[in-house]
Amino acid sequence: MDINQIPSEDPAEQAGKNRLPIPVFILAGILLAAFLGFLYMGLQRSQQGPVQVGDPIPPISLTTFDGQVIDTTAQKGNVILLNFWASWCKPCESESAALQSAWEYYQPGGQVLFVGIDYVDTAPEALASLKKYGITFPNGPDLGTKISQMFRIRGVPETYIIDRNGNLAYIQIGPFSSSEEIQSIIDPLLQ
Amino acid sequence: MTVDLGFGLLVLTLIVTVYAAVAAIVGVSRNDARWVNSARLASLITFPLLTLVVAVVLYLITTGHYEVSYVYAVSSNAMPLYLKLTALWGGQAGSLVFWSWLMAAFSSAVMLRKWERDREFLPWVIVVTMITLIFFLGMVIFFENPFVRFWGTPMGNRIEAMFPPLGSELLVPNDGRGLNPLLRHPGMIIHPPMLYLGFVSFVIPFAFALAALITGRTDDRWIRITRRWTLVAWLFLTIGLVLGMRWAYDVLGWGGYWGWDPVEIAALMPWLTGTAFLHSVMIQEKRGMFKQWNMLLIILTYDLVIYGTFLTRSGVLSSVHAFAQSAIGPLFFAFIALTFVVSIWLMLLRWKSLRSEGQLHSLLSRETLFLVNNLLFLGLFIECFWGVNFPLLSEIVTGQKVTFGPEWYIRATGPLWGGLLLLMGIAPISAWQISTMKTLGRAFWKPLIPSVLAVGAVVALGIRQVGAVIGFWLIALVASVTIYEYWRGIRSRSRSTGENVFQAVWRLTAKNRRRYGGYIIHLGIIFMAMGVIGIEAFQQQTQGALTPGQSLEVAGYTVTYKSLAEWDTADGKNVARAVMEVSRDGKVLQELYPRRDYYYDSQQPMTIPGVRATMEDDIYVILVDWEPISTRQATFKVFRNPLVSWLWFGSIILILGSIIAVWPTPEREAAR
Amino acid sequence: MNKHKILRLFGLLAVLAGFVFTGTAQAQDQVPLVVTDDMVNQVASQLYCPVCENISLDVCPTQACEQWRSLIREKLEAGWSADQIKEYFAAQYGDRVLPQPPNRGLNRLVYILPRVMIIAGALLLAWIVMKLRARKPSSVPTEAAPQSSTEYLTRVEEELNKRKGE
Repeated sequence: MDINQIPSEDPAEQAGKNRLPIPVFILAGILLAAFLGFLYMGLQRSQQGPVQVGDPIPPISLTTFDGQVIDTTAQKGNVILLNFWASWCKPCESESAALQSAWEYYQPGGQVLFVGIDYVDTAPEALASLKKYGITFPNGPDLGTKISQMFRIRGVPETYIIDRNGNLAYIQIGPFSSSEEIQSIIDPLLQ
Repeated sequence: MTVDLGFGLLVLTLIVTVYAAVAAIVGVSRNDARWVNSARLASLITFPLLTLVVAVVLYLITTGHYEVSYVYAVSSNAMPLYLKLTALWGGQAGSLVFWSWLMAAFSSAVMLRKWERDREFLPWVIVVTMITLIFFLGMVIFFENPFVRFWGTPMGNRIEAMFPPLGSELLVPNDGRGLNPLLRHPGMIIHPPMLYLGFVSFVIPFAFALAALITGRTDDRWIRITRRWTLVAWLFLTIGLVLGMRWAYDVLGWGGYWGWDPVEIAALMPWLTGTAFLHSVMIQEKRGMFKQWNMLLIILTYDLVIYGTFLTRSGVLSSVHAFAQSAIGPLFFAFIALTFVVSIWLMLLRWKSLRSEGQLHSLLSRETLFLVNNLLFLGLFIECFWGVNFPLLSEIVTGQKVTFGPEWYIRATGPLWGGLLLLMGIAPISAWQISTMKTLGRAFWKPLIPSVLAVGAVVALGIRQVGAVIGFWLIALVASVTIYEYWRGIRSRSRSTGENVFQAVWRLTAKNRRRYGGYIIHLGIIFMAMGVIGIEAFQQQTQGALTPGQSLEVAGYTVTYKSLAEWDTADGKNVARAVMEVSRDGKVLQELYPRRDYYYDSQQPMTIPGVRATMEDDIYVILVDWEPISTRQATFKVFRNPLVSWLWFGSIILILGSIIAVWPTPEREAAR
Repeated sequence: MNKHKILRLFGLLAVLAGFVFTGTAQAQDQVPLVVTDDMVNQVASQLYCPVCENISLDVCPTQACEQWRSLIREKLEAGWSADQIKEYFAAQYGDRVLPQPPNRGLNRLVYILPRVMIIAGALLLAWIVMKLRARKPSSVPTEAAPQSSTEYLTRVEEELNKRKGE
C-alpha cells in the first residue's frame, strides 16, 4: 500500500479538514463588524443631542423670501443669531416681539445678523406671520430641511447663536422671554 | 415599602440568574452533575420570583401609587381595571419586566422536561437562557426601573430615583397621566402578550441549537426536541401579527390593516425566516439533508427577534409604534453584539460537522420546491431588511432622510408573495425524492380546471387588473390543490376503513396532524390573500363635510349623516358620536356609529370607525377629527373595502390549522 | 364704400372680435377648478408628513399637516398636476416626503442590491441542486435515515395493529 493512501491520523490535520478555511471566518467577521458598526453609529445618532456649544458651524446658505441670498461665510467677524421657527408653532409667537426689538437694537451697529429660518412651513402662511409680527430681519425657508438637520433640531422654536469666530456660542431651546435676555447673551460676544 | 420589596425581588432574581449561569458552566467544566442540578433549580426559581415582581407592579398600578413614576406614566384613576392590568406592558419599563417574566416562564418550562437523553445539552441551555435573562434584568434594574419614585429636593426640584436623595420628600401626585389612548382598546390585552410570547419562545430552539453546536452533538436530536417549540413559537408570533392587523383596522382609522411601518416589519422578519425554517426542517426529517441551512435559519430567526426588539426599543428607529427615547440602547447593543458574534462564530466552527449525505433526485421533487420556498421567504426577508435599515444608512452617509412607504414594499415584495402562492399550489402534489413533469402534470390537471373556471368567473365579473386576476387564479389554484389532496386522503381512507366522509376527515386529520394541519394553514393563508387582494386592489374611498341629512356616495352605497351627540364619560373622556345610515339602492342596510373619543388626562384624541362588515365588503366610516365636529357640520371619510372579512376569517382558519399541527399525538409522545 | 374703408372696417371688427374672444377665454381660465376633498386626498396620500414619521398627509391630524393639505388644495386649484405638487414638496421639504426614495445617488443601492442578492441566492440554489443531483447515492446510511425509518416502521406496525383490532 502506498504510504500516501493511508488516511492521516494526525488530529490537527483532521481538525483542519473539518473546519472551514480561515478566510471564511475573516469575511464573516468583517461583515458582522460592518453591520454592528452601522448599528452603533445609528445608536450614537439617536442618542446624541443637538450640536454642542463650541463646535464650529459649517457654512450655511439661505435664500430669503425676498430672493436675497445670505451666506454665513460672508458674515465672518460678525455674530449671527439663527432662529428656527414656523407659522404653526404657538410658542414662536411669544418670542417674536423680543426678537424684533433685539434686532432693532443691533441692526444699526452692523456687527450682528439675525436670520430667521422657517422650518417645514408654507410660504403664504410664513409671510403672513412675518407681516403680523412686523419682523424685519431676513427670513427664508429651510429648503429640504437641510439646515435644521445640520443642527439636529428637535422642534421649534430653537435659536443658535454663533460667535465672531464661527463657533456655536449659545443654544436656546424654546422661546426667549424678552429682548433683554437676548441682549445679555449677545453683548458678551461682541467684546 | 412594597416598592422596595419589588426592587429587592428584582435584584434577588438577577443574583439567582447569575448564579445559575455560573453554576452551569462550573458543572460542565468539572463534569459534576450536582453543579448542573443546582443551576437547574436556580433557573426554576427565577419564575416564581419574577411572578412576585409582576404582582407587585400590578398591585402598585391598580391601587394608584402615583408616586411611582411608571404608574404615573401609564395609569390614571379614570381607567377601568382591565386597562390598568394591561398597563403592565404599556410602557418601556413594565414591558421589559413582562418580557423577563415570560422568558423565565419558558426557561423554567423547559427545565421541567425529561432530560435523561439529553444530559449534555442541559447546562448549555441553562447558560443561554440565563445570560439572556441577565441582560433583560440588567436593562430593567439599571436603566428602566419600574420602581423609581418622585422625590422633591429641598431646592424645590423634582427628581426620579429609586432611593431617596438626601433631605428629600416623597411626592405623591393625585392622579396619573393615563395610558396612551391608542392603547386603550381590548386589543391591548392580547396583541403585545402574544407578540412577546412569540418572540421569547424562540429562545428555546435557539438555546438548543447553540447547545448542539457547543457540545458537537450536531445530529438531529436538537431539531427533534425543538420542532414543536418552534411551531408553538411561530403560532404565537402569527397570532400576535394578526391581532396587530385587526387592531390597526379597528382603531387607527386609516382604513388599513398593515402600514409597512418599520416596527411592524421588525416583527415580520423573524416570522418570514421562521416560516422558511418550518418548511426546510421537513427536508431534514425526511431526507436528513440541509442541516447546515437549518442551523443557519434558526440562528437567523432568533437574531432577528433580538434585532427587532432592539430597533423598537432603543430609539434608533422612529415610528408611530416605537417606545420613547431610552437609555437601554448601549446595553442592548452589547447584548446584540454578543448574541450575533457567539451564534455565528459557533455555527461557522461546526459548519463541516453539520454536513449531511443525501442526493437530490429530481428538480421538481418536494425537496427542491421547499428550497425554492426558502429562497422566496429569504428574498422577502432581504427586501424588508433593506427597507427597514436603509433610512438609517442614508441618514448616516448622506444626512438625507428617506421614507419607504407601502408603494415601495408592495412593488418589491409582490412578485415574491405571488411566487409563494404558486408554490403552495404545486408543492403538495409533488412527491419526496422523485417528481417529473409527467408525474406532476398528471396530478396537476384535475385541480387546474376549477382554477381556470374561477379566472373566467372573475373576468366575467368585470375585473381587469392583471395583478388581481393572477392573484385570484393562484388563490383558486391553491384552494383546488389543497382540497383535492385532502379529498384523495379521505377517499383512500374511507375505502380501506369504510368510514363515511366526516369520520374520515376527522381521523385523517387526527392521524396526520402536521400534514393536514399544514393544508388547513395553507387554506387559511389563501383566504387571507383574498382579503388582501380585495382591499389593496379595489378599495374605494371618499371624504366630505356633511350637514345632517346630507350623504356621501361610494361604490353604489349611500352613507347619510343623521345626527351627532356629544358627552363626557365617567372614565375621563369626551365622546362625540355620529349616527350614520348606510343604504344601497334605496334600501337602508345598517346604522353605524363612528366616534371621536378625547381623553382629558393625556389630552389626546382617538377616532373609532363605524364598520358594516359582510363577506362581500366592508363599509368603513370615520369621523375626521382634525376638522371641526359639531351637530351642524362634520367631516366624514367613507371606505369601501371589498373582501376584507376574508382576511379575518382566513386568519382564524390559519390559527386553527396551526393548533392542529402543534397538537401532540399520544403515540408519538410515548415513543419519544 | 371704397375697398380701403371696407378693409379697415373688417380689420377693426377683427380686432374687436379678437378682444371679445380672448376676453371671454381669459374669464374662463380664471374660473377656479372645483377641488374636492377626494382630489386633495389623492395627492396627499402620495406624500408623507415632513415632521412626523411615516404618516401620509391624508391621515396626519396635526395642524402643520392641515396647512400642507390646504397648500395641496391651492396648487390643485391653480391647475398643478399631482407630479408637479410632489416635486414642489420634495424641493421644499426634502426627499423624505416622497413615498419611495428617489432612484439616484446612494438610493440606487436599495433598488439594485436586494434584487442582486435574490438573484445570487437563486443561482446558488441552482448550483447546490445540481451538485446534489450529481452526488452518488451514499453507501453508508445517513444518520437521519435509521431514526426516521425506525419511527416510521413503529408507526406502521401500530397502525396495522389498530386495523387488526377494529
